[in-house]
Amino acid sequence: MSQPLLQLENVTIRFGGLTAVSQLDLKLDEHELVGIIGPNGAGKTTLFNLITGVYQPTEGAIHFRGQPTRCVKPYELARRGITRTFQNIRLFRSLSVFDNVRAALQLHRDHGMRNALWRGKHFRESEKAVETEVMELLEIFSLGRLRDEEATCLPYGDQRRLEVVRALATKPKLLCLDEPAAGMNPTEKVELMRLIQFIQEKFQISILLVEHDMKVVMGICQRIAVLDYGIKIAEGSPEEIQKNPRVIEAYLGSES
Amino acid sequence: MMHSGAKRSLIFAIFMAIALTPLLDWIVKTHSGQFFNGYYLGILIDIAINIILAVSLNLINGHTGQFSLGHAGFMAVGGYSAAKFTLILQSSVPVAAQPVLFAAALLLGGIAAAIVGLAVGIPSLRLRGDYLAIVTLGFGEIIRVIFQTTEFFGAATGLPGISHWTTFAWAWGLAAVTVFVVTCLVNSTYGRGFIAVHDDEIAASAMGINPIRYKVTAFVVGAFFAGIAGGLFAHHKRFLSPTSFDFMKSIDIVVMVILGGMGRTPGVIAAAIILTILPEALRSFAEYRMIIYSLLIIGLMILRPQGLFTFGKKRAVKV
Repeated sequence: MSQPLLQLENVTIRFGGLTAVSQLDLKLDEHELVGIIGPNGAGKTTLFNLITGVYQPTEGAIHFRGQPTRCVKPYELARRGITRTFQNIRLFRSLSVFDNVRAALQLHRDHGMRNALWRGKHFRESEKAVETEVMELLEIFSLGRLRDEEATCLPYGDQRRLEVVRALATKPKLLCLDEPAAGMNPTEKVELMRLIQFIQEKFQISILLVEHDMKVVMGICQRIAVLDYGIKIAEGSPEEIQKNPRVIEAYLGSES
Repeated sequence: MMHSGAKRSLIFAIFMAIALTPLLDWIVKTHSGQFFNGYYLGILIDIAINIILAVSLNLINGHTGQFSLGHAGFMAVGGYSAAKFTLILQSSVPVAAQPVLFAAALLLGGIAAAIVGLAVGIPSLRLRGDYLAIVTLGFGEIIRVIFQTTEFFGAATGLPGISHWTTFAWAWGLAAVTVFVVTCLVNSTYGRGFIAVHDDEIAASAMGINPIRYKVTAFVVGAFFAGIAGGLFAHHKRFLSPTSFDFMKSIDIVVMVILGGMGRTPGVIAAAIILTILPEALRSFAEYRMIIYSLLIIGLMILRPQGLFTFGKKRAVKV
């Protein structure tokens, strides 16, 4: 096997006296779907912020496709292929559904300011290609008919899906989903599980999934890492995790 | 080559501005004192200058969401550099070449303001909201005080004797260019980045949009056009005084943007027109003029906090 897509070595981050994530090792291969679970405040979202470059680790190193990501800004990491969704949905609220995706698509376009002003042939062709691409993506997730709606006027589930579409528009290699099932009802959750698996197959990408909902994580992840107080207490297949006594203790407390 | 719709409108607008100029001049000459006179022509030019200012500020405040209170400062930089440039060179340039000199002066004013805009754009990388507003406010005042104390620019007495070169065609032609540039910039896949940065910087950043680049670009482009407006203003009023560029001038422009509806160019243009005419129309109320003006603005803000004009709003733009 060649080098892993994402590798975290001994990653630690402290906020003042609080160690949010401590000496974490994690590896993610291409086309892998890995889940991260843990009780509230275990450092899951902090881990995401470390991977996507929002925070810099106090110690340790993160490598993406063999290259260190230290001091690389989030937008630069997005260019390299890491993108994410947010726990509390962060859509561009004054843009339409179509434009939310369009804004994310410009990453791989070379038409900058000059072309936007000159409005020549190259610009029109490029914008046409963008439109086709956006509509293709929206259609896959059956959001096409909502293209002119304001993004924040959509129902909750659609907003979540739109955020995923927007992330996919950047053509990522690694997609980080931060609690995609939060606030969803059981039917929506089943649908979400299908959607995540579908995305992984269709776009051939790796997915890192932070989630509270056990059913979702156990149902789709190939591998699961468990965090508790910033420390990885277990890692393995869903079956292994379900039987792991330390995991049970972290979630339910010990018997004594 | 085929022109896109936007480009065709721009060419048409500039053509109209040039064609109307001799007509208006002729009316002023022959029918002066009746339904149209030099005073009205002056107001028409004021309107165009204010449109340039408001639409360019709208790129910074409305589209990109950076609250700037320093637009009068950029305008001052442009105005003074353009005026000084023509004052020095006008005697050595033949009359026929004057439009070229004027164009060069406006461009110089715009570039000077853009450079200052770059300098102000840098702190905006670290500051946001109220803090940025205070910094830009301070910057505007610094600029004004610099001009007030520099002998070269006439200090507190001002800079008199500037040639009257700003015609209807120049003012409205450049207003059309400003509207074109800001609209085309924003209505493109590239330009959606400005609005994305305005809506959510963190999300924009995660989607590969560099917020710093966009914010600085907005400041530089906005300042450039404010500088051009300053140059037009100088050659329209024929006299520059630091007090023309005080804090109140910046506020006036901000009010146009807010009243027109942040980020909505057609609304901002309408607001610029109304807020230029209103103080003039209220002249007959003499000393109550500014009270009525203020009350109208307060009333409008209470009744229409989202901006007076919400048309021309967010539809997926066809190319």
